[in-house]
Amino acid sequence: MGTEDTSTPRHEHALSSVTIRFAGDSGDGMQLTGSQFTTSTALAGHDLATLPDFPAEIRAPAGTLPGVSGFQLRFSGDEVFTPGDDPDVLVAMNPAALRANIGDLKPGGLLILNDDSFKQKDLDKAGCESDPREDGSLSAFRVIPVELTRLTRAAVEEVGIDNRSADRCKNFFALGMVYWLFERSMEYTEEWLAKKFADRPLLYDANRRALLAGWAYCEATELFAERYVVPRAKVEPGLYRNISGNAAISLGLVAAAHRSGLRLFYASYPITPASDVLHEVAKLKNHGVISFQAEDEIAAVAAALGASYSGALGATCTSGPGMALKAETMGLATMVELPLVIVDVQRGGPSTGLPTKTEQADLLQALYGRPSETPTPVLAASTPADCFGMTLETARIAVKYMTPVVLLSDGYLANGAEPWKVPEVEDLPSFPAKFVDEVDGFLPYARNAETLARGWAVPGVAGLEHRVGGLEKQETTGNVSYAPANHERMIRLREEKIARIADDIPLQTVDGVESGELLVVGWGSTYGAITAAVRAARAEGRAVGHAHVKYLNPFPKNLGEVLSRFEKILVPEMNLGQLALLLRAKFGVPTESLTKVQGKPFTEAEVSGRIRELTTRGTKA
Amino acid sequence: MSTLTKKDFQSDQEVRWCPGCGDYAILSSFQTVLADLGIPKEKFVVVSGIGCASRFPYYMNTYGFHTIHGRAPAIATGVKLANPELSVWVVSGDGDALSIGASHLLHAMRRNIDIKVLMFNNRIYGLTKGQASPTSELAKRTKSTPMGSTDAPFNPMALALGANATFVARSVDVIGDHLRGVLHAAAAHRGSTFVEIFQNCNIFNDKAWVSWTDRAVRDDRLVDLVPGEPVVFGSAERRRGIKLDGLDPVLVEFEGDPPADILRWDPSRPDPSLSFLFAHLDQHQDFPLPIGIFRQMGATTYEDRVYGQLDIARQTSGPGDLQALLRSGTTWTVE
Repeated sequence: MGTEDTSTPRHEHALSSVTIRFAGDSGDGMQLTGSQFTTSTALAGHDLATLPDFPAEIRAPAGTLPGVSGFQLRFSGDEVFTPGDDPDVLVAMNPAALRANIGDLKPGGLLILNDDSFKQKDLDKAGCESDPREDGSLSAFRVIPVELTRLTRAAVEEVGIDNRSADRCKNFFALGMVYWLFERSMEYTEEWLAKKFADRPLLYDANRRALLAGWAYCEATELFAERYVVPRAKVEPGLYRNISGNAAISLGLVAAAHRSGLRLFYASYPITPASDVLHEVAKLKNHGVISFQAEDEIAAVAAALGASYSGALGATCTSGPGMALKAETMGLATMVELPLVIVDVQRGGPSTGLPTKTEQADLLQALYGRPSETPTPVLAASTPADCFGMTLETARIAVKYMTPVVLLSDGYLANGAEPWKVPEVEDLPSFPAKFVDEVDGFLPYARNAETLARGWAVPGVAGLEHRVGGLEKQETTGNVSYAPANHERMIRLREEKIARIADDIPLQTVDGVESGELLVVGWGSTYGAITAAVRAARAEGRAVGHAHVKYLNPFPKNLGEVLSRFEKILVPEMNLGQLALLLRAKFGVPTESLTKVQGKPFTEAEVSGRIRELTTRGTKA
Repeated sequence: MSTLTKKDFQSDQEVRWCPGCGDYAILSSFQTVLADLGIPKEKFVVVSGIGCASRFPYYMNTYGFHTIHGRAPAIATGVKLANPELSVWVVSGDGDALSIGASHLLHAMRRNIDIKVLMFNNRIYGLTKGQASPTSELAKRTKSTPMGSTDAPFNPMALALGANATFVARSVDVIGDHLRGVLHAAAAHRGSTFVEIFQNCNIFNDKAWVSWTDRAVRDDRLVDLVPGEPVVFGSAERRRGIKLDGLDPVLVEFEGDPPADILRWDPSRPDPSLSFLFAHLDQHQDFPLPIGIFRQMGATTYEDRVYGQLDIARQTSGPGDLQALLRSGTTWTVE
């Protein structure tokens, strides 16, 4: 029943799940509003998932469509797998935000508008031919026009700041309204404001007044006929925090350093949507982390490889165009057999493409985007929180097998967030790195019989002086060799070393039925949409399973066997069918592709629709 | 520690440069100098890119990393930052350092990281068999420039000074005493170090430097910039020195001791203008080409700044506690 309510009796409407989208100018503070609502919602005990959507331009002209920034959040009393398809509630701060987002609002959905931003010039900037409030185009929705600008100015009047500053508080007025609507506590945001504006008491006062005024406005008026109550989620007990994919990668890298006993050397060059990892890692110097902002993508991976040569955990993070630049150095890492972590936070391409939008079209680049036979382990994270564990796993494989390893994330995981049960350090994998310390009989390219990894001999140890390099190596000695048979032997050894990792990774699991009519095979950030769609199909009694492949090279040993247990295979991907191509090539199975390249993740409905087309409805769940 | 000799730095690999290549002399001088430094052998790392010069690490019995074209300064930056105790040397050529890898070279220099870049300048691409390089002179005919090069060359000294390298010097493959002296000074310097070494490619660009470095003309055509010494040159019969008239260098002939108005060389000035002027000395009619130490300035190194921040972070936030880090931010407990 939510918070204590002693005033106006109001109907409470129980919902199992709510999707809300905040949309405004990129200067309107929508990302901040969204993240505040996210944390308060998590603190209220709901499961949730978020998706920010912002333009590539930092500040496109105010009030225009290219300048619209959005933040979507879904929360529920049940497990949440996606940030929701179509919002139930839309907060639109101006006509441009309305125009860009109204197409997604569910029929009957709640639309909160800033009534003060519909002057003729605002409509012109947004390209509206008529006023949508009056032309009947909003008749399918419950429209709540609010004079956000006037009311905010009135609320902060006593603070004595200018109108421009006062107007910047109107997102907090809107937030206060939404807090009221969902019976959220405002405590977290009040504390956050106090901390954020500790040195600027006027701004603290103004924003807090706007927040409280938004709440009070709903309380005092008959604006809303009902409030919404969403039950708390039943989640595993423990300590939780909200985490984005990029933050999880940063923590994963630092955790990998602790668990391997190595110094983290993180080198990168700013690139959307990966830069946050650099920002986060750079804050953690008390962990002995060296963060190096290189002059370019090549220098970043090169410095990371140099650091690995010296005995650090070399890591770099980038996006598709950056990984293309790193390709030659990644090939060198394969040749000199040193650990190297490369994270690719994929974005829309080719070329500069859609830098702030998501895509999964770098899979083949990750696998094959280097000269010659350059086998490289490739892993993919499924959810924002999963980025943590997969980063650790990437580092584990790199260190154990002395190889570069690629971890694929994407813009959707990078900026999306979800609650994460904070792990105990002692439960994390431990993979202490071992340097060569035996001088007698040392050979730079002698291998571990089981893993085929060569020893890691770091400079500074007397008696282990040796040379590595990009020229082909003679087996065991590592001396330069042009011998034909040796070259073939080394090509096959490098291939075999990576193939053997299949013995050291989990078997492929299946969610849903273990065999039957349809197996949906996904990888990466499609996890949420596929999981939700497959569970819905199961509820309809359809014989559907879901295999989410987290190891793209090598594949889990049983993947072929899993595929063979189903009549049909559906592969949803945010590319034109790259995993499907690999499955057909490797296992000779027919596949159906569901592809989407719009810079946006799949909706649950898109995956569900295809599942329904390919399956028959059963009689029991 | 037992005393090291040149032989300790020779690897068991057969040296495979063309007979007569200037690289042999440089390798020999380098091995001699390293043995003299009193640094344990295992502390040396020689990093190279691609090109004839870049085969160098294979012939050095130290830690060595033969990398990819142009990237040696970037890889060496990682090597040094991950372990600042190492003595890190980059061996490169004019194509590797100034063309494909120019950006990495300049950024390593401006950071003042203590890596020592030796750039062998033969004014040609040798390993790819004779194309124009970024130091080939205008109108130079090569395989890739049959009508003569249309590209103006880089001035390596000016480039390194412009990037604010704190040690900038030049020497010659065949003037062994001078080269070893410069390498000693380079080894003693803490900070970004750039040494251009005139090197003869007898196959694709023979005698590129002889008009300055040949024994017969050397005394009159080269001037050695020696810290603290007057800037003088010339054969015994015709001693000359250089003084300044405003921004113009002026030649002064003298006998006996150099006159007092001859410039006394000071490469330690934070303002590199004078060094820059000397980098362009050959632009002035009848002036010699300077070799020696153009710049030698003490400054905080990059690695000291980087590790200094780690110390400050530990002092202010305490040593990194992984469990506390994972639990940081806004958290809530589900019962």
